[in-house]
Amino acid sequence: MTTENILTTAEISAIREIYRHFPQKSAACIEGLKIIQRQRRWVSDEAIRGLAEILEMSPAAIDSVATYYSLIFRRPVGRNVILLCNSVSCWIMGCDQIAACVKKQLAVDYGETTTDDRYTLLTIPCLGTCDHAPAMIINEDLHRDLTAENIGPILQQYQ
Amino acid sequence: MEQPLTRHIKKDGSWLTLKEYEAVGGYQGLKKALTLTPAEVTKTVTDAGLKGRGGAGFPTGSKWSTVPMGPDAPAIKYFIANADEMEPGSFKDRLLLEGNPHQLIEGLLIGAWAIQARFSFIFLRWAYHQAAKAIAECIREAYEAGYLGAHIAGSDFHLDLSLHTSVGRYICGEETALLNALEGKRANPRSKPPYPTVHGLFGKPTIVNNVETLCNVPLILTGGADWFIKLSKTGEGGTKLYGASGRVKKPGLWELPLGTALREILEEHAGGMKDGYRFKGVLPGGGSTDFLTDEHLDTPMDYKSVSAAGSRLGTGTLIVLDDKTCPVGMVRNLEQFFARESCGWCTPCREGLPWTTKLLDSLEKGTGKMEDLDILTFQTHYMAPGNTFCALAPGAMEPLQSALKLFKADFDRHIHEHKCPWNNHG
Repeated sequence: MTTENILTTAEISAIREIYRHFPQKSAACIEGLKIIQRQRRWVSDEAIRGLAEILEMSPAAIDSVATYYSLIFRRPVGRNVILLCNSVSCWIMGCDQIAACVKKQLAVDYGETTTDDRYTLLTIPCLGTCDHAPAMIINEDLHRDLTAENIGPILQQYQ
Repeated sequence: MEQPLTRHIKKDGSWLTLKEYEAVGGYQGLKKALTLTPAEVTKTVTDAGLKGRGGAGFPTGSKWSTVPMGPDAPAIKYFIANADEMEPGSFKDRLLLEGNPHQLIEGLLIGAWAIQARFSFIFLRWAYHQAAKAIAECIREAYEAGYLGAHIAGSDFHLDLSLHTSVGRYICGEETALLNALEGKRANPRSKPPYPTVHGLFGKPTIVNNVETLCNVPLILTGGADWFIKLSKTGEGGTKLYGASGRVKKPGLWELPLGTALREILEEHAGGMKDGYRFKGVLPGGGSTDFLTDEHLDTPMDYKSVSAAGSRLGTGTLIVLDDKTCPVGMVRNLEQFFARESCGWCTPCREGLPWTTKLLDSLEKGTGKMEDLDILTFQTHYMAPGNTFCALAPGAMEPLQSALKLFKADFDRHIHEHKCPWNNHG
């Protein structure tokens, strides 16, 4: 299979546009993974091989980077990704109870996706909004001051 | 009380446009800097006493002055803003990034002039989406107005600035790990020396400064070093963004003179404890600082005084422990965080943090033994400064070592009662 069969022309030209600005092609590795994930929600083995070819790196080298970063997904995720903060201020303010509500309502544990592919539940380090703890991000939206009461309606907003 | 860092930030959540920023004196610091030599700019920042606001507290001017200068220095140098705010309990840079990115860009420009950098990056954490939008738009405006690119403000100074949004991992905030991330690699910290100021991004001299640090720089150029020093209560220079989270009446963020007493922040600005909760302790500067208790409440929150009290100013954002929250549980939560976020490169951190977490877990479950406390103490020595490439593990040990001393009786109770006496956090 050739590169063109794996990544789209648009993805390839976006990746080339990035490495043009760096002294070496490999510097575009993380940006490349971001470009791929933006289109496909996650990064497959095939996509890793496609990126490796463009950046003249080994697939293993790309994968070592991809698996290092917590927001590059090497497994499929649902249509909506929930990132619940479980760092210290949110913990003091009861994020464990919020997590229990979400897990019960969606019938998933951390790292899992609902059977209808609607939600994936993950944790994220301190979201930097500790004066409004507990907090979470769904996709790119920040939700703060979470309670056992408001968490359900928030989840429902996401199809 | 002067609040030069934040007074122009709007309450409605929108950021200052270039026009609005210029109307309140924006980019005057840059114009002033361009009339001075790079060495004079560095000297002004040194004289002002500005210290890093990201946690380590290193003097900013001293850092800049170690960059190679003159005709024999490398032609390409880099200047980077560290906007990877992820320290547990810290939420200060977010305000500056969302509210006034031009202030940061101006600080970067002045710093870049001082070290004669050609390229610049803002390294932003993924989760700050609103900040990303604001920064991208302000960079566009700055290019359009001639503050970025070639011949800045009509001078012979050229600087290009790009925004890099990261893809997670707390360790990216460590400056050498950040450089590896920018190079597209795994963000393992680098061994020092060589320091980034000599051998940084792509092997070139590089400065990495925290957002709040850089936002102070334009103020120092326009106001002067003497004015800046007088802003502080205890002579260390400037104001500080202080915050408080936990069970206080009014959690929030305030710009106050550097050296404001811990008690004033806690009781006046944060409104004291919520009804029904009593103060038990506080991490004064984020998750990787030592606990302080009642006896330290009159400590001025500056670098020297907080160190003398046995902790660190860190990020200046208080995490308040109340009497209804288990101190062992709180420390366990912190160590779980650090264990998860360790890059795994050095043995003490990779092995020691999960071990520590397991021991704290057994205490919380009621299966801990007295000798576990000795092992925990051993860990705090094993992961002390000097045994690892970076400050992650030593930082992780700060809340633990202080909790073991200050809350010894609470640790003991977990062992004697075979359960967590609070049992409020599963």
